[in-house]
Amino acid sequence: MNGRRISYFEASARMRLSGLVDADSFSEFCPPELRQTSPHLAQLGAPQAFDDGVVVGRAKLAGHAVLVAAQEGRFIGGSVGEVHGAKIRGLLDKALVKRPAAVLLLADSGGVRLHEANAGLIAISEIMRAVLRVQAAGIPVFALVGGSCGAFGGMGIVTRLCAEVVMSEQGRLGLSGPEVIETVRGVEEFDSRDRALVWRVTGGKLRRTLGEATRLVDDLIPAFRAAAADLIARYQAHPLAPASLVALLDEQARLAARSERFAGARDGREIWQAAGFADASRVPELSVAEFNLHLGETS
Amino acid sequence: MEQFTLTLPSSPLPQDIVRAAICGVVSSGNLEVLVEPGATRDACEIVVNTSAHGFRDIWEAVLKDFAARHDVGGLRLSINDAGATPAVVSLRLDQAFETCAA
Repeated sequence: MNGRRISYFEASARMRLSGLVDADSFSEFCPPELRQTSPHLAQLGAPQAFDDGVVVGRAKLAGHAVLVAAQEGRFIGGSVGEVHGAKIRGLLDKALVKRPAAVLLLADSGGVRLHEANAGLIAISEIMRAVLRVQAAGIPVFALVGGSCGAFGGMGIVTRLCAEVVMSEQGRLGLSGPEVIETVRGVEEFDSRDRALVWRVTGGKLRRTLGEATRLVDDLIPAFRAAAADLIARYQAHPLAPASLVALLDEQARLAARSERFAGARDGREIWQAAGFADASRVPELSVAEFNLHLGETS
Repeated sequence: MEQFTLTLPSSPLPQDIVRAAICGVVSSGNLEVLVEPGATRDACEIVVNTSAHGFRDIWEAVLKDFAARHDVGGLRLSINDAGATPAVVSLRLDQAFETCAA
């Protein structure tokens, strides 16, 4: 499959992977025939998946060695259970030994698998720590977000720990999902059924405007591949520098200022207006190329 | 979950399968099929794990039809099902067969 016109959003985790990396270069760790399934789901009498909803392995991307994990959003919302989490954490641990050009996390997840409660929470915290450890060793981790579940809850945090976040407009990134916010704070706070609002607030275009996503790409598997390949080339030329206290304090100050500046904002439109878009209400209609051009990017 | 295994007579697959293959996703109304080499050349072993209770008769009809339509002797299929309709199961099985026959 060449993946030329295949929607990243619509594709399964395995389709995304096969279109993302170099042809026939993918080799899976813990493949489905090993049946490393969730013991918790079995106890609850819930359907299991042979890969527990995540595909991990090694591959080449534009000739560079990479380690990859792809979450399957259609299996229990891409949720992170004990086995699912251990596979991602194990992949990140392997990166310390194998030193690939990058680790790619194809996030498509609502966060912790509630069926697995504490085991899922521990798994997420292990992944968070492992991402930081891998990046401290100079290996960048890239999050790719363009699936139907986006990256929420713990996987939203993991995504923001990554050196780069590539998103499509369809991709969403956040901590609490829209339905959680509506349940807890009421429909006046956030109407989760207003799909356009949900995407204006959590979608790739707003996340890119705010700088939480570092690339916005079209909803096509080759577009994600091209962005990942370009990022790998950049990090080969300019290796990831360890985080410094000064840089972290600067970032903290920047985020505090941003939080204050947009404290009253109710919609992505207000932020696009502040970002200098001539007609903020039309931003969702802009093509990715037009949008990136406005942000001063040519790619 | 309801679990059962069927061993259905079927002509041997034209060629041996080289590696396991997986098709489909365990999501509502869908299923995954894992294809592996089986123990006997002239029968297809199918392990079904389904979230829908009480439909074994329909499963047997769909699976027997599959084993009759294709030469699938020597295969072992493992199914994780989340309430797929018989038509979806049939299509997914055909897809699994095509994957391993390719």
